[in-house]
Amino acid sequence: MKPRIAVHKFASCDGCQLAFLNAGEALLKLAELVDIAHFAEAGPLDPDGQVDVAFVEGSVTTSEDAERIKRIRDKSRFLITIGACATAGGLQALRNTADADDWIASVYASPEYISSLATSTAIARHVKVDLELWGCPVNGRQVLAAVRALLFGVPPVEENEKVCIECKRRQTVCVMVAGGVPCMGPVTRTGCGAICPHFGRECYACYGPAETINDASLGRWFQGLGLAPDAIVRRFRFINNDAPEFRDAAERIAASHRPGLPGSAQD
Amino acid sequence: MVERKEVRIHVPVLARVEGEGALDLRVHDGTLDRLALRIFEPPRLFEKFLEGREYREVPDIVARICGICPVAYQMSAVHAIEAAFDVRPGEWVRALRRVLYCGEWIESHALHIHLLAAPDFLGAENVIELAARYPDEVRRGLRLQELGNRIIRLLGGRSVHPVSVCAGGFFRAPTPAEVTEILAELRAALPDAEALVAWTASLELPASDQSFTSVALRHAHEYPMNEGHLVTSDGLEIAIERYGDYFQERQVPHSTALHSLHFPSGMGAEQMGRPYLVGPLARINLNWDRLPPAPQDAVTRSGVRFPSRNMFHSIVARAVEIHYALLEAVRILEQYRSPKSPAVPVNPRAGVGYGCTEAPRGALWHRYGFDDDGGVVEATIVPPTSQNQARIEEDLRLALQAYGLEHPDEELRRFSETVIRNYDPCISCATHFLRLHVHRA
Repeated sequence: MKPRIAVHKFASCDGCQLAFLNAGEALLKLAELVDIAHFAEAGPLDPDGQVDVAFVEGSVTTSEDAERIKRIRDKSRFLITIGACATAGGLQALRNTADADDWIASVYASPEYISSLATSTAIARHVKVDLELWGCPVNGRQVLAAVRALLFGVPPVEENEKVCIECKRRQTVCVMVAGGVPCMGPVTRTGCGAICPHFGRECYACYGPAETINDASLGRWFQGLGLAPDAIVRRFRFINNDAPEFRDAAERIAASHRPGLPGSAQD
Repeated sequence: MVERKEVRIHVPVLARVEGEGALDLRVHDGTLDRLALRIFEPPRLFEKFLEGREYREVPDIVARICGICPVAYQMSAVHAIEAAFDVRPGEWVRALRRVLYCGEWIESHALHIHLLAAPDFLGAENVIELAARYPDEVRRGLRLQELGNRIIRLLGGRSVHPVSVCAGGFFRAPTPAEVTEILAELRAALPDAEALVAWTASLELPASDQSFTSVALRHAHEYPMNEGHLVTSDGLEIAIERYGDYFQERQVPHSTALHSLHFPSGMGAEQMGRPYLVGPLARINLNWDRLPPAPQDAVTRSGVRFPSRNMFHSIVARAVEIHYALLEAVRILEQYRSPKSPAVPVNPRAGVGYGCTEAPRGALWHRYGFDDDGGVVEATIVPPTSQNQARIEEDLRLALQAYGLEHPDEELRRFSETVIRNYDPCISCATHFLRLHVHRA
């Protein structure tokens, strides 16, 4: 029997599912190799069936979804998060540090109709996740490589080195050293192909934190390039703002610039 | 057949749409007494977390509203920013933005036609089944979809959440060699696009004849993408800044997407707001005369006529727009020259800017207020699907009565889904699609 896979959606932009839907011929090939049991956007519906691999897009933002992810976990041998929302809460996790009720009240005239949690959280905060694919969005290469590895019965390779390494491999001139552009590449995980520096602009960390990052050093670099403390904090509080490494980095940088506190910029 | 007095149909998850929604129908004594397209995609509150961000961050943030039409969000945003700061990026940027948009129309329309809509008209459950029966047609569609993505990758680095759009222009200009290479592929795909128009016109589409108001941009001499006035089929023509005087979003209890309604005589007038249509059919109904001869001729040969009152001609309109977008990208890229700089300088200032561009699913309206340093003070975004939601409900009501409510639940469900899918609703945009609940009483 062919392995069964499912693609589930939580709060997201649908962009990571496009890693499948944009795969063209590879999508038809995939359908030969596996049985696509549930993938609402592509058609198949079996949200509660037993599967070998469940791909999860999106973050948990409602109490119904907090329950749904548990049911999915119970029915899945491997659970793989795809993208920044599922892996780190996504851009919408910015609500976690704000008053979400207040925000909902300002967007919706009748906030009582809206049922929503105050937070947007990563899937791993709710259930055990077997593999996290970072990126906003993940690309077809990452997703199909993971499927292939699992079909061969080997663990998928984790890409956690820094965007800088990818720039060196592509022989892209460093936008920060040569152009004075505040680039997040030194703290960001590769996998994207380092396209932003290749396009002459700064990396904005859409692939999330790399392994063992030195955010303090990068923060000083940014200061040297003339960035105000709040502008530095905003760079960490972006697409992957609730990834623990970035959340903590933003908090440390914000704290070190609060007037009157030890270690502040005024000392 | 046994007369059923009370019927309730509930479609819990609508498949083959972008995002999450459901449909509730209640039939009482043979008439439809409740119909609610419920959108329960959780709200993501983008308009709020734009506040306090710098104008430079806006294109990367708003792209995340929708993975299928990120270019549209970036386009409406940069036009609004440039309007607020009085930036004029010039002809090169204008032309290349049009090419980028062509890429998104091709990608998004090809995806919708083949992966989402066509299975409805050919009795297949999904594209995998469709590919087994129509391998050549599906592969042609996937090739066109990939070509759209190729255009976006050329200009934007990647097809989902491209990275090169900025206020003032682009971060990078493609090299002439890259343009030459893609031009050859675009020209080679033209017969595919023409054949697609004929194929969509040959599908057995349900009959439908409805009166509805179309709303789209209209430009002095182009088929509309980034610029133009907003026009309606009832004769209104307004600057995009006046959108709020004639259209208003309302919240309804069953949906996290706001419903937009049209007030033809302005908001002050004592009248009910009306549903209206945006998207490919509305665009082509209002801009048929702006299409060049080649796509017009392809439509004429197919036997379909625009303007059309058959909502199911939307799939043909999408194919026509793919054909047009390919021709337009070829036309622009044939004259390609490398620029001195891919962007003009931007100097922020306090003010308000409006942007309205034609996303694949229809007019996408943005308004931003900025402070002196270019920080976002407030943001309002009206996506196409929230504009279409009232029209979808109106269409369903009419279409289901015409189809006959005596049909078994399963057939009602299938028919309802076909009607809804025809709009290519993007629920991620509208906040996000369908579960059908039919209650018969």
